Amino acid sequence: MSTEKLTVRNVSKAFVADHGGIVNAIDDVSFALAENEFVSLVGPSGCGKSTLLSIAAGLTEPSSGAVLVDGDLVRGPGRDRGVVFQTYTLFPWMSVRGNIEFALRGEPLSRAERRRVADEHLELVGLSAFADAMPSQLSGGMRQRVAIARALSYKPRVLLMDEPFGALDAMTRQLMQELLTQVWDEHRLTVLFVTHDIDEAVFLSDRVLLMSARPGRLLEDVRIDLARPRRFEVQSSPEFVGYRIRLLEAVRAAQQPMPGGVA
Amino acid sequence: MVTSQPSSPTDTAGAPKAPANVRFGRPPRRQRRRRLFGEISRRAFIATGVAGFAALIGAWWLYAAFGGLSDLFLPSPDQVASRLIDYAGGDLWSDAAASFRRVTIGFLISTAMALPVGILIGTYRHAEAAIEPTMGFIRYMPAIAFVPLTIIWIGVGEEQKWLVIWIGTFFTQVLMVMDNVKRVRRELVDIGYTLGMTDLAILWRIVVPSASPAIWDTLRITLGWAWTWLVLAELVAADDGLGHRVVLAQRYLQTDTIFVALIVIGAIGLLMDQLMKFVGRRLFRWAEKGA
Repeated sequence: MSTEKLTVRNVSKAFVADHGGIVNAIDDVSFALAENEFVSLVGPSGCGKSTLLSIAAGLTEPSSGAVLVDGDLVRGPGRDRGVVFQTYTLFPWMSVRGNIEFALRGEPLSRAERRRVADEHLELVGLSAFADAMPSQLSGGMRQRVAIARALSYKPRVLLMDEPFGALDAMTRQLMQELLTQVWDEHRLTVLFVTHDIDEAVFLSDRVLLMSARPGRLLEDVRIDLARPRRFEVQSSPEFVGYRIRLLEAVRAAQQPMPGGVA
Repeated sequence: MVTSQPSSPTDTAGAPKAPANVRFGRPPRRQRRRRLFGEISRRAFIATGVAGFAALIGAWWLYAAFGGLSDLFLPSPDQVASRLIDYAGGDLWSDAAASFRRVTIGFLISTAMALPVGILIGTYRHAEAAIEPTMGFIRYMPAIAFVPLTIIWIGVGEEQKWLVIWIGTFFTQVLMVMDNVKRVRRELVDIGYTLGMTDLAILWRIVVPSASPAIWDTLRITLGWAWTWLVLAELVAADDGLGHRVVLAQRYLQTDTIFVALIVIGAIGLLMDQLMKFVGRRLFRWAEKGA
């Protein structure tokens, strides 16, 4: 827990809105993820959490501040960070296995090795039987599992997840959360996970970072000391409920003083 | 009010009674069907289609027989049919082959140029700013009006036919391909970047395959247009081809031959379109269900 794997340092982001004014989406946010730490970024819609993840991915430039991976400045997207989006991002013209093999083209692997690694990762997410299926034949949850397998396959140093289960129904979502903790327990990995679902954040994370509504600032940094491995039953434990209430109260407290206009 | 009422002898105790004398609304004699955007069976669709076509031929036949028009203006369907049989035993194949070769060459040249330009301006804003307004402007100049110019420039040879097809097809193709490429989902491109791919690799391995079903549709539609531009070019200046056949027939007042040529032109156009559709469905099976 000593070395910083992913560092977000004084990151701010301002947009020029359609009406010409300047919108401060993120205001001076700093935090760091230790190696193999699972950290969730939670906040209401429009708090800039997805933008922050996009900045960490290198897909969006910060207005000021910096993101570092293992102390190296992020200058754009790269293979050291795997990304899973909320929307389905499998390439529809490739088979499930083909999608993972595609991601592995950047590795010094032979064709046979690519296939082996792809199949290993499909097994990890329980989709070995669907290796030859096309994405359109899969349910939403299965597509996201493949997307996770794809992002893990090339062994990025950090996994960035932007509401990956946001488009799934509640039941599928719970199964996916369990699968993700399971995968994380087996293959420790540094994860930054964006969600607006506090339960999801508490269930999955070692730490939950709470962001305020626009401009996005860091409100709370809560360590979640729930035993692992976690199963869904933990959600009714008093400790879980305690974390949940604490975070909900923080959100409500931040939203209460909102008299009319916020700049 | 709370006293129990004597139940009628027919009542079964406790069972909810069907309110026989209460009407919730008039029971429909027939289920009302949702007609707007409704579905019909494949058989019904084909039968209706055939009937519609037969009605057109029937109307034509009736008007030709009883409309009091001279054969010179409106030949009857059987006259046209026998003309078609004559033509099929004679120049039809060489005419069709000449036309087909021209449209193929003209269309391929146009497509080969439009694809890279369209993809470029669909993905790079600078390229779009530099090229798109010009394309949009030229597109609105009627291709027909270019025909005299093409003859002045390069005469009446094969190249002039290709040029007319090119003028009529290229500019629209570029704009349509640009649009196809712009509709590629940004997230797929972002995934390419997070995989560390170069711009060129993303273009080639993500943007192009992703847009290919839409681009194929663009080609199918513009091939139909190229075909009509070809006929135009042949009407003006040609020694053979289906368009030339129309002019020739006009010169000798062979209205039935004009009909035959028009039908053949339409049939070939339809055939090419269906063929493109068929091939497209084969190539892009993955795109059929939303993924």
